[in-house]
Amino acid sequence: MSLKIGVLGLQGDVREHIRMLQLLGVESLIVKLPEDLSLVDGLIIPGGESTTMIRIMKEIEMYEPLKEKIEEGFPVFGTCAGMILLSKKVEGSDQLTLKVLDIEVERNAYGRQIESFEVDIKVPQFGDKPVRAVFIRAPKIVKAGNEVEALAEYEGTPVFVRENNVMATSFHPELTDDARVHEYFIKIVGEFKK
Amino acid sequence: MDIYKGTWVVKKGFADMFKGGVIMDVTNAEQAKIAEEAGAVAVMALERVPADIRKAGGVARMASISKIKEIMEAVSIPVMAKVRIGHIAEARILEELGVDFIDESEVLTPADDKFHINKHEFRVPFVCGARDLGEALRRIAEGAAMIRTKGEAGTGNIVEAVKHMRRVQDEIRKVVNMSDEELVREAKELGAPVELLREVKRLGRLPVVNFAAGGVATPADAALMMILGADGVFVGSGIFKSKEPMKMARAIVLAVTYWDNPRILLKVSEDVGEPMHGLDVDELEVKLQERGW
Repeated sequence: MSLKIGVLGLQGDVREHIRMLQLLGVESLIVKLPEDLSLVDGLIIPGGESTTMIRIMKEIEMYEPLKEKIEEGFPVFGTCAGMILLSKKVEGSDQLTLKVLDIEVERNAYGRQIESFEVDIKVPQFGDKPVRAVFIRAPKIVKAGNEVEALAEYEGTPVFVRENNVMATSFHPELTDDARVHEYFIKIVGEFKK
Repeated sequence: MDIYKGTWVVKKGFADMFKGGVIMDVTNAEQAKIAEEAGAVAVMALERVPADIRKAGGVARMASISKIKEIMEAVSIPVMAKVRIGHIAEARILEELGVDFIDESEVLTPADDKFHINKHEFRVPFVCGARDLGEALRRIAEGAAMIRTKGEAGTGNIVEAVKHMRRVQDEIRKVVNMSDEELVREAKELGAPVELLREVKRLGRLPVVNFAAGGVATPADAALMMILGADGVFVGSGIFKSKEPMKMARAIVLAVTYWDNPRILLKVSEDVGEPMHGLDVDELEVKLQERGW
């Protein structure tokens, strides 16, 4: 079964995600228009500026069709800004989100850029070898619903989560050479395609 | 558990997050909010936009701390600020303040006529201007995590940014086709480290993000720079010197995303109001792009 994965190309580190998909030998497509959504089996929302992406998404009328599609079971994976876009609510802000992942996030919760960091974290599903997690002005999950599975935590806070067809990380696996997080998403896409 | 801050991955990765986006010059909280609302990926906090720096003459320095603070408090998106070329102390002050990115910029009056800042020593990432591949690689060798064309700031004239972007891309294409022994000679000619030239050859592009800057005044200008291979665009005077900044800002944001889609470019270009007044580069008394070594 051949899969095609889209990377939302409104703004952000699109190229880095495409590179991960190439490493895994998966076909990819940069998604910039609402009609592109029907050409892919799953979608990655990259890192970047969440306020920029949501503004363009509204402007180009992609917000509603994408939200509906995800609610019907279309697999999505958001990194950093992508996680913010998928969340139910941004704490202390009326910023619009897709509201398809039952978490509340606090933006830039780990501080400004000089506090951005790298750290090795354990992902039990991936075995002993840790994942190098790159946190850049990262969002922090401050509330998560019961259906949300924490696949990895950092300092007691989930940083890699999944709720059915929706997956998200606070960090940027696309900035490393370790493709296991993307591989995990592709497995989810495969399950939902069946 | 060891955590690492201010690493190359974190600096360069942060610049990657700006790709396909617009970074806008702002001079107060109100403008910063307009930029954020319009979809800017970051703002550059300044005392004056380059067009006014050009008019004012004299020595242009780092913006006042109260001004930068005001802007940092006004928006949730990243805030950049400029320091004079070689001014290590201005950079230390801005790092301590917590700005997200420092632009070691030719738009301000240089503080050192020979050396740029050793940017490796800082936790905060830096962006620097370049007119050609050699200059870009020298800045990267000093630790710049992001490059932008210099263009000619404050003119609303795109010709210099085009020249600089084309030159860098042309030189990259040449390097890609060079043999290893040719690379050593090219390094000598360009005045850039051969290790970085090898990386350029391997990647087929600069090892860091490369934005366009210096003269962008319309959505079409922004799209042109993307067509020429820019990763994103800085707009200095082009927004807040136009008649309707909000409209212009929103249109430029969309033009940078949809640079390859003429249907959308037409739509966003239709109602942007009057752009800033432009200047002929040949008639300028001061060329900011000539600053930097």
